[in-house]
Amino acid sequence: MNMQTAITMTAAETVLVDAYTAQIGELPGEGAVLSARDTLLADLKKQGLPTRRVESWHYTDLRALLRSVPAADPTAFAQRVDPLVDGSSVLSVLNGKADPKGAPAGVNVRSYRESLIDGVAAADLVERDADDAIGRINGSFVRDGFEIEVTEGTELEQPLELQLVQSAGQSHMRFPVTFGANSKAMVIERHLSVSDAPSLVTTVCDLIVDDGAEITWIILQQQGEADSHLAQVNFDLGANASLRLFVINAGGKLVRQEVHGVTTGEGSDFKLRGINLLGGETHTDVTFTLGHDVPNTTSTEVIRNVLFDRAKGVFQGQIRVAPDAQKTDAKMACNTLLLSDDADFSAKPELEIFADDVQCGHGATVIDINPTHLYYLRARGIPENKARAMLVNAFVDEIVEELEVEAVIEPLEAIIAIWLEKHA
Amino acid sequence: MLEIRNLHARIAADGTEIIRGLNLTVKAGEVAAVMGPNGSGKSTLSYILSGREDYEVTEGDILYNGESILELDPSERAAKGIFLAFQYPVEIPGVATMQFLKVAMNEQRKFRGEDELSTPDFIRRVKEAAASLQINPDMLKRPLNVGFSGGEKKRAEILQMALLEPKLCVLDETDSGLDIDALRIVADGVNALRSPDRAVIVITHYQRLLEYIVPDSVHVLYRGQIIKSGDKSLALDLEANGYADIIDAAA
Repeated sequence: MNMQTAITMTAAETVLVDAYTAQIGELPGEGAVLSARDTLLADLKKQGLPTRRVESWHYTDLRALLRSVPAADPTAFAQRVDPLVDGSSVLSVLNGKADPKGAPAGVNVRSYRESLIDGVAAADLVERDADDAIGRINGSFVRDGFEIEVTEGTELEQPLELQLVQSAGQSHMRFPVTFGANSKAMVIERHLSVSDAPSLVTTVCDLIVDDGAEITWIILQQQGEADSHLAQVNFDLGANASLRLFVINAGGKLVRQEVHGVTTGEGSDFKLRGINLLGGETHTDVTFTLGHDVPNTTSTEVIRNVLFDRAKGVFQGQIRVAPDAQKTDAKMACNTLLLSDDADFSAKPELEIFADDVQCGHGATVIDINPTHLYYLRARGIPENKARAMLVNAFVDEIVEELEVEAVIEPLEAIIAIWLEKHA
Repeated sequence: MLEIRNLHARIAADGTEIIRGLNLTVKAGEVAAVMGPNGSGKSTLSYILSGREDYEVTEGDILYNGESILELDPSERAAKGIFLAFQYPVEIPGVATMQFLKVAMNEQRKFRGEDELSTPDFIRRVKEAAASLQINPDMLKRPLNVGFSGGEKKRAEILQMALLEPKLCVLDETDSGLDIDALRIVADGVNALRSPDRAVIVITHYQRLLEYIVPDSVHVLYRGQIIKSGDKSLALDLEANGYADIIDAAA
């Protein structure tokens, strides 16, 4: 949406615009990269941060919610931690600085900073659409990340962990990733915070999944209670390719995770599985759009939300079926366990179907703990608080179990259990 | 072991009185059968014994080993040794059967001031009990009761009972939905638990189960009261002549 009238900038907008000016000559890249940055910032300046009047931001009024932006903190210190899954290859980004060493065989990695400097990145630094605030902020300020290629036919035995550790300040990162034909990989994009200082982290991941590739991508977001996290995953699925995207939000004050995909090859399958563990004062938004652009593609989306305290959550899910995308099969579900009267969740499913021979469905439920389940557990001697915790855990564990790999399931279950223990 | 005195109870949500002055005494070592037509209050009685909060006791008392249990919540009653085998065991997706068994056993032990079971000890106990009930180990890998057949669910209830070693077992229509082979396996499981310090209440519609679990006493429940008590011959009498004569005689 375009706003024609000049706006009065908010504190956060002012900081962003001023920061850009202050960093001129310091941000990597010149020529085409620099002019792409200028264009994005000019749009940000002209339109401001999106408000609830912008439809795709209706439930997350970024302009109102992003009250301040932490200044870059050059003294901030962060170091690597053990990988989530033993034996993983780890590529770390510490306070926004990427270390491209550590890739397994069959995986080519270079730092995105190099792509910015040599100008390759210029083509990436564009807005998805007029509402693309994340692309705009990220593209203006991006300094690093990884360009990753999993070569054709490579089958990774162990997960590849992208370990993003933030202690303060801001980081803006990009990850263009190509999964070659028939490759198989599990990637864990892990966001950690190692201090209570507020930080702003933005990421854009552009995933190309070539024909026949089988990819699992797990986003585990555990930022701090004062942090803002604006993230976007864009993906393109080739013929007979499959992508399973798990999004686990267990931290952050203001979180927007966008997922935008298209199926461009027949026989492709996409799965989105989301777990939103929301407590305290968090505002967490998962916004998803998928275009079934060719015939015979399938997708399922299951989002499970658990809310405590004064948490607010949003799921927007849009599935578009192109006119010739016959035999599309798409099912979307959003289930919310509301455990506080002060918590609030908004779910907005959208189906836009232009083909006539398709199966598409969506459902949204809001529930409390099932009293019969609770009674059954208590009747076996399990005290009420423990029984409740088991049932909340069960509600999200069904999603985790779908990963099927015990080495990944166990640490995720442990993280969820610790989170629930802290918030229940 | 159990003494129910002049018990009156109603459904909490709408106040409908279901149990209307029920008296029943069951001694340690005894197997008591409670029979009665549909709607007489049999399942309600089992829920009230277990402490389900959907029911309110308005009068009378339930004494277990001489102490009232009305103020105890379901988990405390269970930890003190009261076990209800459900007519309709609940499917709980996402709760692994083994995890559930371990938590239940250890929480009960914790309540009684006993040490937690070690994992090998726990697994050994489950394996032994499952084998004697002809439970396929694969079943234990599934979420609790999810995708179990009717017969498997009933066997899983008896498995829980065997592992938790309760003192008062209440079987609510454990025979419903069982074929004859499954009935025998379940009955053998119950009979194996019979002991001088344990009481069993078998709630059933039919005499059939009582051929396998032979009761010491039989009680007829009708409109929330025990209207007749006797020995096992009473069950045979009911099977032959129905409830009508007894109901008429009590009226």
